[in-house]
Amino acid sequence: MATIFGSGIKRREDPRLITGAATYTDDVKLPGLTYAAFLRSPYAHAQITRIDTRAAARAPGVLAVYTGADIKDRVVPVPCAWNVPNCNLIVPPHPLLAHEKVRYVGDGVAMVVAESRAQARDAIDLIDVDYEPLRGGVDPEQMAQPGAPQLHAEVPDNIAFTWVVAGGDAERAFNEAEVKVRERIVQQRLLPTAMECRAAVASYNKGSGQLTLWVSSQNPHIHRFLCSVMLNLPEHRVRVISPEVGGGFGSKIPAYPDEALVSLAAMDLGRPVKWAEDRSENYKATIHGRDHVEDVELCGTRDGTITGIRTKVYAGLGAYASTAAPGIPTILHGLVYSGAYTIPNIHGTIHGVYTAGTPVDAYRGAGRPEAAYLIERLVDIYAREIGMDPVEVRRKNFIPADKFPYTTATGLTYDSGNYAGALDKALSMLDYKAFRKEQAEARSRGKYLGIGVVSYIEICGLGPSQVAGAVGFGGGLYDSAIVRVYPTGMIRVYIGGKPHGQGEETTFAQIVAEEFNYPVENIQIVAGDTEITPQGWGTYGSRTTAVCGSAVKVAAQRVKEKARKVAAHLLEANEADVEWKDGKFSVRGSPDQAKTFAEAALMANLAWNMPAGLEPGLEATAFFDPTNFVYPFGTHICTVEVDVETGEVHILRYVAVDDCGPPINPMIVDGQVHGGVIQGIGEALQEIAIYDESGQLLTGTMMDYAVPKASQMPRIETAHTVTPSPVNPLGVKGVGEAGTIASAAAVVNAVCDALEPFGVRHIQKPVTPARVWAAVQAGQRGGEAAGQNGKERAR
Amino acid sequence: MKRPVTLTVNGTVRTATVEPRALLVHVLRDDFDLTGTHIGCDTSQCGACTVLIDGLAVKSCTQLAVQCEGQAIITIEGIGTSDALHPLQTAFWEKHGLQCGFCTPGMIMLAADFLASNPDPTEPEIRHALEGNYCRCTGYQNIVAAVQAAAATLRAAQAASPPSRAVSSSTSRAGQPAGAAV
Repeated sequence: MATIFGSGIKRREDPRLITGAATYTDDVKLPGLTYAAFLRSPYAHAQITRIDTRAAARAPGVLAVYTGADIKDRVVPVPCAWNVPNCNLIVPPHPLLAHEKVRYVGDGVAMVVAESRAQARDAIDLIDVDYEPLRGGVDPEQMAQPGAPQLHAEVPDNIAFTWVVAGGDAERAFNEAEVKVRERIVQQRLLPTAMECRAAVASYNKGSGQLTLWVSSQNPHIHRFLCSVMLNLPEHRVRVISPEVGGGFGSKIPAYPDEALVSLAAMDLGRPVKWAEDRSENYKATIHGRDHVEDVELCGTRDGTITGIRTKVYAGLGAYASTAAPGIPTILHGLVYSGAYTIPNIHGTIHGVYTAGTPVDAYRGAGRPEAAYLIERLVDIYAREIGMDPVEVRRKNFIPADKFPYTTATGLTYDSGNYAGALDKALSMLDYKAFRKEQAEARSRGKYLGIGVVSYIEICGLGPSQVAGAVGFGGGLYDSAIVRVYPTGMIRVYIGGKPHGQGEETTFAQIVAEEFNYPVENIQIVAGDTEITPQGWGTYGSRTTAVCGSAVKVAAQRVKEKARKVAAHLLEANEADVEWKDGKFSVRGSPDQAKTFAEAALMANLAWNMPAGLEPGLEATAFFDPTNFVYPFGTHICTVEVDVETGEVHILRYVAVDDCGPPINPMIVDGQVHGGVIQGIGEALQEIAIYDESGQLLTGTMMDYAVPKASQMPRIETAHTVTPSPVNPLGVKGVGEAGTIASAAAVVNAVCDALEPFGVRHIQKPVTPARVWAAVQAGQRGGEAAGQNGKERAR
Repeated sequence: MKRPVTLTVNGTVRTATVEPRALLVHVLRDDFDLTGTHIGCDTSQCGACTVLIDGLAVKSCTQLAVQCEGQAIITIEGIGTSDALHPLQTAFWEKHGLQCGFCTPGMIMLAADFLASNPDPTEPEIRHALEGNYCRCTGYQNIVAAVQAAAATLRAAQAASPPSRAVSSSTSRAGQPAGAAV
């Protein structure tokens, strides 16, 4: 039992999930329930000249119809919660329902509430809206040019901010460099696609003035905070319950207008109101990810020392600044331009640009995959330029294992790392030299194999609250836990995080079980209800285990310390003489004199016989605020065969070596890696949100957006190295985003490596068969490879 | 105009009065409170709503409830119980074949039908069979492992008690373990 921490026990959340007994938001039913539906803009950018809701209001079952004009004086615009400093950020108002103007296809125009879901849906078709279409545009670079259509009167050239990251002297480094390489990289828009779309149920008690809001959320406390702002309702009168959540990937971090609007209707009607997004609505009205157009450069010496990185990035924000949006392409992106390497000179200019598309916010990895992708693509391009093996270039530039904590040119202090160790382990799993031989042999037969190696780092375990404040994040980044011990010794742990598939009901129970020498069955983890859980900041940024898990550990230690005092009293021993040994409190030197944790817990709760001055009860609360971020890392290797006749890419092997510190549950860690890697492979090979010229989302349903399928995806071979982090008591890092951060670059590196004989240096992701084929054709013609130095936005 | 529809759901005859346009998935969830069947899309891609209709795996968003008059429906709530899990439920649990769990009921129902017709599938066959069911969390690897493990369990059960494949519907080809309550 002493090894419960680190064992791959089965998940404790699963029994309800495999039997259909789990309750997701759309499963919540309340007496008198009504249903909301939204009319959403069919235009990317248009003036609203007239809205006639009379027919809808008269339709069967309809209880209320709301337009932007109806509510604008009753609510506060959707707040942006990450006001990145020193970049002249302009955040124009984001109305809960558009009035005067719509700014993307999917912008809410009206809400209908009716007795049934179908009646609400029928009635929105009866709302008559006159639009005067305006020019739109979703390309962030084009929308930032003078003369582009202006979305917001207060934002010239649609530029929300211009943020600069600088360390060392990049200009000088580039001027003096022996070798320079540059590339145009487009990091396409992606649709997060949590399998459960968003949903909300609001119930208001007019007598008590209490609003209860069920919402599919990664961070119920943030939703409580932001909904209270939007609704002008004191925060203590808002209870947010985030029940079972069917995936998030960042898309359920932000506050959206929709949950506030159903709350408003519930308050007006005195009846509960439910809204559940459907997938077509989700693809338009739930945030998207990525959307960068980048010009990136790397410079170095002829013999493989990287001396500088320079970028110019247009980051599309979509129509409005979503909750965390300004921080994603800046703090979570530009600051990690050093990657795993000692790059002394770094300069990045990042323009955040409003575009007439769905707002863009955190999507798995959020800024860091974009950084890892551009760095790791550049390293391969540089290696080819100087004729050096890309593995050796990486090894040569790694931050050495004995240099941690290591401060990068951008001012981050990496906590711990052994990058060469992870690389060596990956190379031991996939014989690199043998593959190179096989590749050469295959080429002679007209078969094109390629290998892509990526050594990534990420910044996660977000993060010290003081830093959050310094970088303009409108919240804390500590997290919290209450460990409550019942008279029978059974334990409930209430946490501030909100797991939604990552398995913390199991891993956190393992942390507590280890502490008390308990079976995990004695421990229950409770999350997702702001009424009973302490203030926390949610589950995203691979932070929950590192930050909230540490709070669990600290709270458990506090409980244990009090229990030790009670045990000493029961043993009639000096407190100083009682130690925790072999899973019991025992008197030092006489192990037979012992009390179990459960025995101490019983007395603490009964309080019949307590040490003088010690209050009854046995529970503790901890708020854990880390002293630094954590920096997981690893090496992923992908091998591919490219069919140059059809452009198809076939993944041969995928090896992932990740270091997230000591794994609490290796089975869960591997599951996180599998899912993350496949999401990145989807990004590399097939996922892209495509808009047409008029701003219509062409990939607006699952028929058109290429979510990876089982038959398309490879097996992942996982392994780990273990380098503990010094910044939390568990030594853990994070692993939820790692796979996605590494894998897109690993795949594209492999594809470009395969196509080296055709002179193909870079292909924009997703590297679809059409793009690969075009690149091969261009190569055979001896011209520039398609996508290279060209900005290709469509398939 | 609403009309009555009578279905045998998880072995119990149930009647609801529904609009002709009502989809089976909505009637299961809203009228029969069987919320284990989920809705993940609106174009019949994702498979989260998969149930067994007379033993065949069907996306319940592709059927009008009134089309199913008289048919036997099995949902995730009926394929096993907490005390007597179906081998697929056990396998998904043991192999970590789920994370957020939203796609899981559909995956299990699909796999039940698939294993009934192909009790000893290869990995490519499993991946092909799963093509109409999306999962965004697991990367599918452990789902494949779960289906393989369940297949082995079901084959062993079959070998132990050969011909008995009695389930509630005579036309069923869902792979039920001997003695599973349906």
